[in-house]
Amino acid sequence: MSKSIAFIRTEDAPSLPPPSSHVGWRKWLWDNMFSSMANFGSIGAAIRSVLIILLTVTLLYFGLTVIWSLIKFALIDAVWSDPDTLKRGICATVAQGGVAEGNVGACWPFIGAKGKLIIYGRYPEMELWRVNALFVGLAVGILWMVWERAPFRRQVGILMLTVFPLAAFILLTGGNVHYSSGTWTTFIALTVIFLGGGLVGARNLLGEVMFALSGFFIVFGMFVAAALIAMFVTSLDLGLVHVETANWGGLLVTLVVAITGIVASLPLGIVLALGRRSKLPLISYLCIGFIEFWRGVPLITVLFMSSVMLPLFLPEGVEFDKLLRALIGVALFSAAYMAEVVRGGLQAIPKGQYEGAMALGLSYPQMTRLIILPQALKIVIPGIVNTFIGLFKDTTLVLIIGLFDLLGTIQSTFTDAGWATPVMSPTGYLVAATMFWAFCFSMSRYSLHLERKLDTGHKR
Amino acid sequence: MKSIQKFALAAAMTGLMAGQAQAATTLETVKGRGHVQCGVSQGLAGFSNPDDKGAWTGLDVELCQAVAAAVFGDSSAVKFTPLSAKERFTALSSGEIDILSRNTTWTMTRDTQLGLNFAGVNYYDGQGMMIPKALEVTSATELDGASVCTNTGTTTELNITDFFRTNNMTFELVAFEKADEVVAAYDSGRCDIYTTDRSGLAAQRLRMTDPDAHIVLPEIISKEPLGPVVRQGDDQWFNIVKWTHNAMINAEELGVNSANAAEMGGSDNPAIKRLLGTEGEFGSELGLSNDWAMNIISQVGNYEESYNRNVGPDTPLQLERGVNALWSNGGLMYAPPVR
Repeated sequence: MSKSIAFIRTEDAPSLPPPSSHVGWRKWLWDNMFSSMANFGSIGAAIRSVLIILLTVTLLYFGLTVIWSLIKFALIDAVWSDPDTLKRGICATVAQGGVAEGNVGACWPFIGAKGKLIIYGRYPEMELWRVNALFVGLAVGILWMVWERAPFRRQVGILMLTVFPLAAFILLTGGNVHYSSGTWTTFIALTVIFLGGGLVGARNLLGEVMFALSGFFIVFGMFVAAALIAMFVTSLDLGLVHVETANWGGLLVTLVVAITGIVASLPLGIVLALGRRSKLPLISYLCIGFIEFWRGVPLITVLFMSSVMLPLFLPEGVEFDKLLRALIGVALFSAAYMAEVVRGGLQAIPKGQYEGAMALGLSYPQMTRLIILPQALKIVIPGIVNTFIGLFKDTTLVLIIGLFDLLGTIQSTFTDAGWATPVMSPTGYLVAATMFWAFCFSMSRYSLHLERKLDTGHKR
Repeated sequence: MKSIQKFALAAAMTGLMAGQAQAATTLETVKGRGHVQCGVSQGLAGFSNPDDKGAWTGLDVELCQAVAAAVFGDSSAVKFTPLSAKERFTALSSGEIDILSRNTTWTMTRDTQLGLNFAGVNYYDGQGMMIPKALEVTSATELDGASVCTNTGTTTELNITDFFRTNNMTFELVAFEKADEVVAAYDSGRCDIYTTDRSGLAAQRLRMTDPDAHIVLPEIISKEPLGPVVRQGDDQWFNIVKWTHNAMINAEELGVNSANAAEMGGSDNPAIKRLLGTEGEFGSELGLSNDWAMNIISQVGNYEESYNRNVGPDTPLQLERGVNALWSNGGLMYAPPVR
């Protein structure tokens, strides 16, 4: 007789969901926040937990206070509109001679009234479409190049580096530049001599020496020809009103200085870095001298020299645009820094890479272009973007030579007695900080993205 | 070595000056260019300041517009170069600008050593002191041991030091780079005194949390005659700027303003007739047209109009005329007659 078996489990018990404290946001909170402060197992652990709790609460309190007062200033207490054009009255309390009650936060009508000034400076009202067109073109071009699935990215990139700067120059200044006949003759003659000489020499018609130099002649000739084309295009009269650079200002100047600096400093820096590592003493000492000179002087002195001393050395009547002087100064200055960043990358490339390239029979330009630079530049992306961000923020120094960049323009609006209130400058600085942060942060995000994309073998 | 460098520098300077002497006169250059190039500040309320549209306004700006009106008969034929305090004199001597109208104090060194000429005084300023009412002080001589907020590297800093030393008082200097910071520091109670030019005090007072809690002490501790500056060595241009300023003052004295200038030309008063060019050839003596002053007054206005529009009691600055009133009203504004 067998005992009856009352219960036989024939299938697995249904698996229960994990306890609610082990999934979702509660688990995240537990793992990341509370697990470190909930251990009371021993006296030591308990003391540690209490300390961590105290620290957390204190920091949270300060952090939230700062964020809360910022929100309170910028949004809750802010004055948003000025329907009766009271100007300072709308943002000043009754005691200060205005109409506002209680606490006054940011004075947004002030920014609204100065908005045109902050973005374009004193650029003529009628011609603002030119700057707008440029901003749109810049935004579209950059987005196109950044978006990886866009068609014709390479072509757009080339356009952005060739046609866009010319278009920008013509749109912003109005073009119609007058070059002297001497300049024309020189450039035409140089083009004919170098391009012609190089092309004919390459067929071995002008003797051994010319044959050997023909490559150099052609490259140089192409540069001169490009300059000639640029001269021709900028000398055209397209019927645009001339706008002096003295009337540019605000975000426009910041972007012009920063972008010119960025675009000019990278290639210059690469050339200087390669030159510094060259085995030819003349080239390497020239590059060392250049780099060390520009790294040895503060940017503010460079700008000051270019604006105050240079006019004294130039003959009377010769005028050299102030913005152009600043642009050249900034570009050379950042090129020296860029050169050292790139050199860091070059030194990180193992010798085997050079030897391998040479064993394949690659010439120096081929080796540099195909093997060395792609690896070296990838390594130093953080350094390069660091220099770009530094350069972007250094543009504020142009105020010292009387150019009004974004920050300078905002500061100059503080002197308007019509809007003078205690909240005027905090509001202005808040706007400046936000705009600078937006630009620098997007640069840094893009560099991180680029690093991840190009990271093909060094991930740990 | 040193002497060789000095010699080379001297030679270079002589070369530069010779170059300038041979060059066209400033008036010819200005006429050829089609506009007056005027150096102004980078922003000073009431004197030279961009408005919401970015157009320059202010007392110093209007002086340049008046010069343009005198030269071209068009007060808009002027362009402005904003200059920092450091670069203002080089900009003028290098020929980048024709007039420096940038609240520049007329001092002996500047007049004698920089190769510049001051063409007059369009605003008599002076350094003043602002203190909180709560201190219950009525005279600056009671301020022994006070802390003073001011800008670094300016004459204000030196003047306040002089003032406390002459009165045998001690003080603590709290100096900042920017006016923003000085105001913020004073407003938050970091120091007892805020000192700068009195016109500046009026402008900065608007940015205080409680403007009525502060008073400006009666003492004026320095003389700051502000006026337009031109290069030395071109007397014609010097005269044009000087007489543009004088014409505005004379017009106020004679009761000629932008509204009535057109009719006043037919007035019986010979002084008005001479000023407005209906009698005599005063304009051509300057190298200008005979209606030079007429253009100034009808397009820009007389000194009183300019003053009231930019710094006067109806503006946010609310500065009374004070020493800047006409001599006939007890002030210092006095222009030689046109005759």
